[in-house]
Formats: sequence, structure tokens, C-alpha cells
Amino acid sequence: MMEIGLNHYLILSTILFAIGLVGVMRRKNLLLLFFATEILLNSVNIAFAAISHYYGDLTGQMFAFFVIAIAASEVAVGLGLLIVWYKRHGNIDLDSLASMKG
Amino acid sequence: MFEAIAFYLFAFLTIAMFYIVVTTSQALYALSALAAGMIFISAFFFILNADFLGAIQIIVYTGAVMALYAFGMMFFDTTREVKEKKGNKFIIVGMSALAAALVVAIFAAPMLSTNIVALYPSSADIGNTQEVGMVLFTKYLIPFELAAVMLLVAMVAGIVLAGKKMDNSITLEDDTNEKVLS
Repeated sequence: MMEIGLNHYLILSTILFAIGLVGVMRRKNLLLLFFATEILLNSVNIAFAAISHYYGDLTGQMFAFFVIAIAASEVAVGLGLLIVWYKRHGNIDLDSLASMKG
Repeated sequence: MFEAIAFYLFAFLTIAMFYIVVTTSQALYALSALAAGMIFISAFFFILNADFLGAIQIIVYTGAVMALYAFGMMFFDTTREVKEKKGNKFIIVGMSALAAALVVAIFAAPMLSTNIVALYPSSADIGNTQEVGMVLFTKYLIPFELAAVMLLVAMVAGIVLAGKKMDNSITLEDDTNEKVLS
């Protein structure tokens, strides 16, 4: 209990991933959907750093760096698209995006 | 001992913050809780001796990403309450738990089956930042450069998408805008 091992970090990462998944599934506002996506990426980063530490290998940290870089560029492009959508339609609800429904 | 106390404290704080993010109906609460959760996550990186990763986490997430979100929220009407999907809660929670357990099984299966040999073993006599630099600029040089190009492309795309007609107000209609101005 007092000795923190790899399993503790993996369980924590799973809990955070589940919270992010719940957020992705129940949110309708696109901005809050983006927040839930950030939670998903961060929970995976914790697992990468923990495995990197407990196996004495730096590759996990490298992948965490690239995940952070991808998250940053995703936010930049996604927020730009969101602003364009808001200018056109006046809301950022997910249901209003269904214009391609047949 | 102290590691265990720090782990449980920050685990509780992170889970509480992210729970607020996915359940609150106020977008501003979600933003501040997300920023706090990011900082608490960097504490795990410091516990795991990944100092450079923790510093990057604070700088990139709370410095850049959160500032970008705060900037983006100025465009949207955030005072309005966020409407949520009306669905069966048990299905959502059950599917999330199932998917998360599946992810853990996928990651744990190869780790349990084979003995992992460290490709880049970390040594104790030099710091984490130096180690990261040595691995990043030898083995991972091409992915690093690709990430740099990708960030540049994302920056240009963000400027082009968001900066178009920035001088027009998006909350006021054009005729009312002229009325105010005249």
C-alpha cells in the first residue's frame, strides 16, 4: 500500500482516461469536448512517464513529448476551425454540425 | 513514505479536478479546473524523475494551451449554461469503463508476456534534462524535426483560420455594428 509501483500509476491513468471518455460521450458543447480530449491525452502521458521510470528507459518520455506537441497543434487548428464555425452559425453545439445528414 | 503521500494527494486532486471538468455546466469552471488538473499532473512527472517533462507540461499546457483556450472563449458565448446530451447514463458509464479496461489490457498484455529490455537506460550521474537531450537529438532527431514542422503548420493554420476578418465583431450583426459606430 505504501510502496508506489507501476500498477498504481496505470490504475490512475485508467481512471483519468475513463473520466475523459465520459466527458467525450456526454458533452454537447464542442469546446468542452476539446477539454475532454485534453484529459485523454494527459492520462496517456502519465502512463508513458510511469513506464519510462519503472523500466529505466527514456523512450516513454520521448513519446510523451510528441504527444504534447500533437496536443498543442491540435488545439491551434481545432480552435481556429471552431471560431470559423461560430462566426458562420452562432453556436458550437455538436448537433448543429449534422448538416451532412442525408 | 513521502512518495506515497504525494501520489495519493495528487491523484485525488487530479481526479477531482477532471471530474469537475466533465460534469460542470459552466465553461469557465471547466477551464480553470482543467488548468489546475494540468498542473497537478506535472507533479506526477516530478515524482517519476521526469523533470524536463514536468517543466514542459507546465509551460505548454498551462502556458500555451490554456491561454489559447481562454483566448478562444472570448469569442464564444460562455455565460450561457451548457446543454448536455440526454442519454442513458448507465450505458455511457458502462461503455467508458469497458473501453478503459480494454485499453489497459491492450497495453498490459505485451508487458506481461515478454521481458522488456531498456533501449536507452537512464544513468544516475547525469540529470534528466541532459539524458533527454542526448536521446532526443540522436535517435529521435527526425521525429523531432517533423514535430517542429507540424507545429509551424498548425500555427499558420490557426492564424489563417482565426485571423480572417478579425476587425469585424462576431457578436454584433453588421448593420448594428455600423449603427454603433456611426
